[in-house]
Order: sequence, then structure tokens, then C-alpha cells
Amino acid sequence: MMRAVFQALIGHWRRHLVQLISLLAGLALATALWTGVQAINAQARQSYDQAAGLVQQNQFDRLLATDGGTVDQARYIALRRAGWLVSPVVSEQVETPDGPIRVLGIDPVTAPMAAQPAQIQRDDFDLSAFFARGGVVFAAPDVAERAAARFPDLRVIEDAQVPPNTVLMDVGVAQGALNFGARLSYLIVLPDQPAGLLPLSDLAPDLRLRAGEQGTDIARLTDSFHLNLTAFGLLSFAVGLFIVHSSIGLAFEQRRTTFRTLRAIGVPLRTLFAVLVAEVLVLALIAGAVGVVLGYGIAATLLPDVAATLRGLYGASVGGVLALPPIWWLGGIAIAVLGTLVAAAQSLWRLARLPILAAAKPRAWGHAGPRAWVMPVGAAVGLAVVGAVALRVLPGIAGGFVLLGTGMIAAAILLPVVLAIALHLISGRARAPMAHWFWADTRQQLPGLSLALMALMLALAVNVGVGTMVSSFRQTFTGWLDQRLASELYITAPSAEAAEDLRAWMAARDDIDAALPIWSVEGMLNGAPGQVFGVADHATYRDNWPMLALAPDGWDRLAAGQGVLINEQIYRRDDLDLGELVSLPDGTQMSVLGVYSDYGNPLGQVMIGIDALTARFPNVERLRYALRVEGEQAATIRAAMLRDLEWPEDAVNNQAVVKRVSLQIFERTFQVTAALNILTLGVAAVAMFMSLLTLSSMRLPQVAPVWAVGTTRRDLARLEVLRSAILALFTMVYALPVGLGLAWGLLAVVNVAAFGWKLPMFLFPADWAWLAIWAVLAGVAAAAWPAWRMSRISPSDLLKVFANER
Amino acid sequence: MSVRMILICLACLIGAPAWPQGFAGLGEQADGFAVPARGRALDFPTDHGAHPEYRIEWWYVTANLRGADGRDYGIQWTLFRSALAPVATDGWDSPQIWMGHAAITTPEAHFVAERFARDGVGQAGAIADPYQVWIDDWAMAGADVSDVALRARGDEFSYDLRLSADGPLVAHGDAGYSVKSASGQASYYYSQPFYEVAGTLNLPDGPVAVRGQAWLDREWSSQPLDPGQRGWDWVSLHFDDDARMMGFQLRQEDGDAYTSGTWISPDGGAAPMADGSVILTPLAETTVAGREVPIKWRVEVPARGVDVEITALNPNAWMDTLFAYWEGPVRITGTHNGTGYLEMTGY
Repeated sequence: MMRAVFQALIGHWRRHLVQLISLLAGLALATALWTGVQAINAQARQSYDQAAGLVQQNQFDRLLATDGGTVDQARYIALRRAGWLVSPVVSEQVETPDGPIRVLGIDPVTAPMAAQPAQIQRDDFDLSAFFARGGVVFAAPDVAERAAARFPDLRVIEDAQVPPNTVLMDVGVAQGALNFGARLSYLIVLPDQPAGLLPLSDLAPDLRLRAGEQGTDIARLTDSFHLNLTAFGLLSFAVGLFIVHSSIGLAFEQRRTTFRTLRAIGVPLRTLFAVLVAEVLVLALIAGAVGVVLGYGIAATLLPDVAATLRGLYGASVGGVLALPPIWWLGGIAIAVLGTLVAAAQSLWRLARLPILAAAKPRAWGHAGPRAWVMPVGAAVGLAVVGAVALRVLPGIAGGFVLLGTGMIAAAILLPVVLAIALHLISGRARAPMAHWFWADTRQQLPGLSLALMALMLALAVNVGVGTMVSSFRQTFTGWLDQRLASELYITAPSAEAAEDLRAWMAARDDIDAALPIWSVEGMLNGAPGQVFGVADHATYRDNWPMLALAPDGWDRLAAGQGVLINEQIYRRDDLDLGELVSLPDGTQMSVLGVYSDYGNPLGQVMIGIDALTARFPNVERLRYALRVEGEQAATIRAAMLRDLEWPEDAVNNQAVVKRVSLQIFERTFQVTAALNILTLGVAAVAMFMSLLTLSSMRLPQVAPVWAVGTTRRDLARLEVLRSAILALFTMVYALPVGLGLAWGLLAVVNVAAFGWKLPMFLFPADWAWLAIWAVLAGVAAAAWPAWRMSRISPSDLLKVFANER
Repeated sequence: MSVRMILICLACLIGAPAWPQGFAGLGEQADGFAVPARGRALDFPTDHGAHPEYRIEWWYVTANLRGADGRDYGIQWTLFRSALAPVATDGWDSPQIWMGHAAITTPEAHFVAERFARDGVGQAGAIADPYQVWIDDWAMAGADVSDVALRARGDEFSYDLRLSADGPLVAHGDAGYSVKSASGQASYYYSQPFYEVAGTLNLPDGPVAVRGQAWLDREWSSQPLDPGQRGWDWVSLHFDDDARMMGFQLRQEDGDAYTSGTWISPDGGAAPMADGSVILTPLAETTVAGREVPIKWRVEVPARGVDVEITALNPNAWMDTLFAYWEGPVRITGTHNGTGYLEMTGY
């Protein structure tokens, strides 16, 4: 009997092949989205680390030659033999016909792990080939060809893990390739040193220690982005669930007749139930498997770096390479199965309560009256209350996420109600009979379409929300770079004498617009550790510094030494206001003239006029400068400076390059996110398509009279497409505030809970316009085939409506 | 996996966690590397230096010390050489890696440090004459191997000791050819078990003057351990009657073990002990670093009338290095009394 039941049920799919394919496609796409986002998340994390490493490569203390030149290798050995844990580095910019590339030579045996590129930590890495003369070197993809041409004797391997514009090699190979002899660029000083060593100043008077910089800024900023991407993953999956729910619901609905017949001829409910559950499971497994492969495909297509990750399948732990472990693959399928079961639960429950003799006609439409609105409005209010309570009760991020989740579901539930009201208002104003019918008919269809529209709404809202979040993050990050890197060149003189030479050198040139000192001292600010920076009175700061608040004449008074600017961290921590006093490391107090944002910095920071800084802290190190020059001149001036002053190449940074490369890295993640957004929309379009397809076959009784009074089939088909497009547009209009609410929740609630500071929210109306176009296109695409079928429907079928009593 | 793991993996097949005298070098294929041969006489002082044509080599010092404060201490000083290829060159391209382990064990504490170095640039090395074996500021050096200074330093400790031999070098196995399994894998292996020690340990609580006895093991090889061998228990024992013995067992998957050892009479005469002559039986285990490790053993050499119990001075003498193992001083009681060192790998 089981078999007979199975065949009877399967028959449905044979007759509705398109529906089967759509269901599988919807489920597979939803799974693909989920798994794709997981992969992207992992990759994104890696991109930030790269960007962070690039912008702040001076994480470790370094020993540099006092005279600004290179370090004798014998000095390195002598320090090691005196017990100091140091590691040699050769770092040099080399010219190629297509621009400079950076050669970085390290010793993987003594370098601290954090300073080691990921690729040499892989278990298949051949260390002897890395050591050998003419050995293996790793080049960033953007410079691999140039590197191979520049170093024909070396085996250049392209590796996306290498920071952009860099060729990584063994320190000995680098010495050979650069004709360095037995010289080194600098030594990394490891953080933990044995006790009782002789001081460096005795052992190596010709070297000076440059303190490492704290590498926390970008890391914290990007942690926030990562968290938001995780939220995106969850939301994508929620969209997928809606789609699966609607597909399965439709399939059940359409087979009510079959169910009733089967039950009437004696099939026990339990058998029917078991067969249906089995059917759902099989569908979920197939679609889940396809989806996971698809997700991998998405990740691999969008991120070339993921290509090597199939290795993860075999359980090998691949350091530094994005690995998709078996749990990723199984997780994807499990999510598909679980999601399908959850989505099918309602249908199965209905089946269990199906009265054998009740009318088994599929319900093509329901009655959309105010009475039907009570439930969804009540549910939405309930969810809103749950979310608000969760935000207060649950700690940290969890509350924020619950609020977002309940908010989104509540918005989705309310969508049909809002649309019904809107359509009601519009149809009341319609004068022409055709228009009146159009709006009324649209309203009639709403219940059948509501699930698909909810999915579309969620997809659009997620799109708006995540798009806003990503763009706001990008804006913030760009601003963050601009703030710190407003000048064209950044110089760190190797020593006080070298700084004197630099000042003389700069004074003799006329192509340097300004040399802005970057001098700072560390100490206690209002009782907590922080930094005091001196700023010159220059437009660079006045124009670029991201001020949250500024007193009138703030910049003038700052230059006159009458106050300080403080960063957002102190401002929030100590609850300071303009005009209040902040205590400085020298024990004095100054009044607050303004507040600037300083994303990611865990420390308090204060800016005072440069003259005030040197007056209060006469011993401040005067080594660093930011140079304002003509943009095109930066590279030339940098080269001239390095040549004339005989400085190591890392003494001068061309920040246009650093900025460009950092942004490139982030751009890749952003593009991937955008692609995923489109995919989410695609999934929603599939759901709409399925709903319209199903409805179109049930709507003959509504359409036939309109045809009979003289409307052509072609016009009817056009109206179908128009209706779909209008509904999509309405949904978009509704989704916009929901999406902005989502973005606000991510940036201002979740982020604050997780990190204690807000990411500012920026609005991008042009993106919304595009999204609206996409939404309309999705609506048109979904309606196209059903409409085409309607335009080809045979008149006899339409006539049958009047002949048969349905 | 860290780069260091790779360094060592290249030299020592991580799949077989069997590190005779602390290193897994014997568990590798010998392709391209020289292989120990029976009948090759040890050649001094040359053999005190490095043998880069062999895959793996170590200079291994352990010492049982008594402080001026009356307490017992143990120290370890080890330099490992691991070859990626059977050559050594002058410069960064030399395919040899050096690794140092140092430790001080007190009854309550165990301090460990490790170092890594490239070959060919002077950061580490081993020169036979004048005797000089070093990595960074850790060194074992003197005009001759019979009289050396031994230094090492970690984050919380350091030591500075003088080691003077009052007996000859002792060759293990067949004149230095030491067989490691029934199927014939072998290494070159000799010791200096007659060092008298004096010097200073610098501990977090301050310096301690110490005296005692030390034992140097020298071993090099390229050959794989037998695939079925899981781990290694090794002892060096100083008996109060001035006799000494070295014994080890290579534990097999099937529960059996291959044993070997050398009986060293007070005048330095060495008698190899064939498989089965030394019986090592674990008596008590303790949990160290999440593993069950036997820290009390019964050691029997029926042919020599030896039936003793050895007990760890500090059961927590776990070498929490990249390759972790247990290494620490022991007290001997039974038919003979004395002190010694115990090493256990593969737990």
C-alpha cells in the first residue's frame, strides 16, 4: 500500500515538473546562500587580517641601524649569542618596468609566529626549497609575473595569501636576489625575552629600538564587520526558510484532493504521513546536497582563494588557507533538512487534521477582510514585545540579534495586511471599470501570494540592511584611512640626527607643501593610559579630521594652545563635554575644544597644538612627519629622499599606495557581499514565480469573465505582468524602512553591544533605486511564464468555465 | 600547524611519536642520507662534532644535582640537529635546523625553554675541536669534551655549570653501533657518564650553588624506527657503588618491547645488554598535561643482580616544548641506591 500511496503522491510532481524543479531550486539556492555566506565570512576575516597587517606592519619592536642604513648580519648573530630573541628581516623596494614591488625576506625559524605569512605554515610547505638558493618564493598575484621577470633565477609561486605588491622569500634568498651581501634591513625583537640579558644599548650601540605599534585598530573595526556578516548569513537563511515554507505549502495545498481521496479509500493517516515526511526528507537531501555544492561553487567563483580548499574535505588542517571542513558540508545539508522540516511542519499539521469529507478544493484565494488581520497584527505586536524584552533581558549581542530576528518576522507578517490596506485604498479610487477590476483582483490574489511576497520583502530588506551596513562600514573605513593617511608621504626618521638631516633636506626643496610633525607622548589621560598627539595648524586637519563636535574657533584655539581635542573613547568613557577639563600626562588640565571619532582605537587620545606639545613635553621624540606634496610628485620625492638621505625603504611610506591596496582588499569582500545580495533576490524571485504559477492555473474562473466581455488574452497577460511588477514595487517600498531598521539595529544596537561604539549609518538612495529596479525585474520575471501561458490559453478552456459548475 | 612543527616534521615523521632520547629522527626514511654501519669505529674528537650527512643528531646532557640548600635538582641541556638534506653549507641555504631544549627540575617546579636556529650563519652549531656546541647563548664548550662549561637560559631560569669527566667515554651497543629494533634499525651512540658537576642554578627565588653528576649522550642516525614502535622509555642510572647503567625499551604496538642497555663498571668498562636483559615495569602513573605517564618504574637486570625502583623527583617534569615528552630526575631504591634520569616519549 505504501508503494501505491507513494506513486499517487509522486504523480503530482510528474504532472508539475516545473513546480518540482522550482521547489528544488528554491531549497538548493537557500542552502547555497547559507553555505556561501559561511565561506565568505571566513574569507572576509582573512582579508581584514591582511589589510591590518599591511597598514600596521610594525606590530613588533624593531632594531634599526642608527645611521639609517642596513644592519650587519654579524650583529644579528652576536645578539642571538648574547641571548636576545631577535629575527632577521630583509625588506626592500625594487623597481620593475611596471612599477616597484616589495621584496620581503624573513627567517621562518626565528620569526615570531604573528610575523609569519600563512603560506609557510602549511603542512605541505617544503622548507628546504624555501632555503635553497634559487629557491621557491611566494608572490602576491598582482606582482607574480613582474616578480618572475625581475628574478628569473627564482621559482616564483603565485600565492593570494601574500600581502599585495609583495614577494616573500627566505632572508638568505633575499640577500642574494638584492645583492645585499651579509646585511639585513632590520631585526624584529620578539615580545618575550629571557631575564638577565645585557641591555641592547651595550650590546649594539649602533642600533636603535623602534617600538611596535598596537595593531588593534583595524582588528576591532573588522571584528564588527565580521559580526554583521554573520547576521547577514542568518538573515539569508531566514529568507530561504520562507521560500521553502511557501513551496512546500503550495505542494501540499494542491494535493489536498489527492490526500482526501487516498484517505477516503482507506489509507491510514499514519501511512500517508510517513510517506509525505519521507518525500520531504528526500527532497531536502537532494536539494541540500545540490545547494552545498552550489554554495561551494559560489564561494569558489567569488573568491579565487577558496579554490584550494577542497583539501579541507580530507580533514587536513590547512593553516592560513580558507578551509571548508566536513562540518561545513554536513552543516549545509543538515540546515537544508532541518529548515525543510520546520517549513513543512505547518503543512503536515494541517494534513493530520484534514477532515476526510471536507471540500478538498485548493484554496486559490481567501477572503482578505479586517477579520483576517487580527491574527497577524496580534502576532507582530507579540513579536515586537518579545524583541524589546530580549534586548533588555539578554546580555550583549544575543539581545540585539533576537530583536532583529523578531523585528524582521513581525515586519514580514504585517506585509499582507499593509498591502491589503493599500490596495483597498487604491481600488476605492479607481474609476475605470478595468482598473477597478485590476485592483480588486490583485487584492483577491494577495493571500495566495503573501508568502512569496514576504520572502521577497525579507530579501529586499536584507538587501537594504546589509547594503547599508556594508556601505557604511566602507565609508567609515575609508574615512578612517583618510583621517590617518590624509598626507601623501609618511616619514619616520631612523634617529634624531637623521631627523635633523631630514629637516635640512626638506627646507632645501620647494616641492613640499608642508611637513606636519607627528609627534606624540604616552601617559595617563584622566587616569587611564592614552596618547597625546601634537598637531600643526594646517588645513589637512581642519578639512579632514572627522569631528563629532567642535567649539566655535576650536581649531584656532587649539593652535593657540588653549585647549585639546579628545577622541570619542574618552568622550564616552568619562562623559566629557565641550569646555570641561581633561588631565594630561604632565599633571595639568586643559579644556575640551572638540571631539573626533577614532574607530577601533581602544585607548583614549588627545590632540593638542604642536607648540603646546613641545612646551609641555620637551623630550618628545621628533622623528615622524607627514608630508603634503602634489599627488603625482609623491613617488618621485620619496625616491629622492631615500637616495639622498640613504635611508631604508620602509622609512618613508607612500600612503596612496597603502590606501589603495587596503581598499582593494576590502573591495573584494564588498563585491562578494553584493553578489550574494543579488542571489538572495534570485531566491525570492523563484518563490514568487512558484506562487504565480500555481495561482495562474487556479484563476480561470476570475479571468474567464473578463475575457468574455472583450479583453484580449494578450492584454490579460500584460495585466498579470504589471500586477506582479506593482506588487514587487509595493513590497520594495515596504521593505525599505524595514531594511533601514535592520541596518540601524546592526550598526547601533548589535555593534554597541559587541564593541561599545557605534558605527555611523550612511544612506545610499541610489542603491535603493537600483534595488527597486531589481525588485520590479524579479516580479516581471516571475510573472513572465505564467502570463505567457495565459496568453496562449485556448478559448475553449476559458469557455469551459461557463459550461462547468466548478 | 606551525612552521616549527614543519621544521621538525620534515626531520622526524610525526606519525610515529617515538623519539629515542627525545627526538623522532629515527622514524624517517633514510633516502639520500648516510646510514649507520656496524664496524665503523668511533673517531674522536671528530665525532664530537656534527654529522650533517645523517638526518638527525643530538647532544644530550642530564645531571642530578644537590644544592647547598640540601635539596635535589635536575637539569637538562639538549641540542638537536635535524637535516632537510644530507649536506651542510656556509650560509643561509644550509639545509639543517637546530633545536635546543633546556630545563631545571626541582621537587616542586619544572622550568623549560626551547630555541630554534638556522644552520650556516653561526647561530648554532657543533665543533669537535676545540669542543663547542651551541645555540644562541646556550653553550656546552671547553678545550676538550672532558672539561666543559654548560650554560642555558629561559624566561625564568638560567644555569651555569662546570662539567669535568673522571672516567672515559663509553660506546654503546657494538662499539657504538646501537641497534634499535629486531629488524635492525640502528644509530651511533656513545656517552660520557662520568661528569662531576659544580655550578649555579638561577631560579626565580634566587641562585643556588649545586654539585652532582652529569651524563652526556651523543647519538646520530638516519634510519627509520620500526613502524610498529610507539614510544620510548630510557633511563640513565648512577648507582652509589659507582657503577652506572643505561637502559631503554622501544614500546611496540603489540604491547611487546625491544630492550637494550649498557652496564658501565666504575672503571668505565662497558658491557652491552641484549634485548630482554633489562626489564622495565611501570609501577605507578600520574596525569601530566592530560596524559597518563608512569612516574615510578621497577628496573631489573637479573644478570647483574639489579632490582630497583626508580621514582620521579617531580612527577610533573613535562617538557612542554613543540614536541612534548617527559624528562626528569629520579631516585633509585632497592638492591642499589642512587640517582638517575628518566625519559619517556609517546604517551
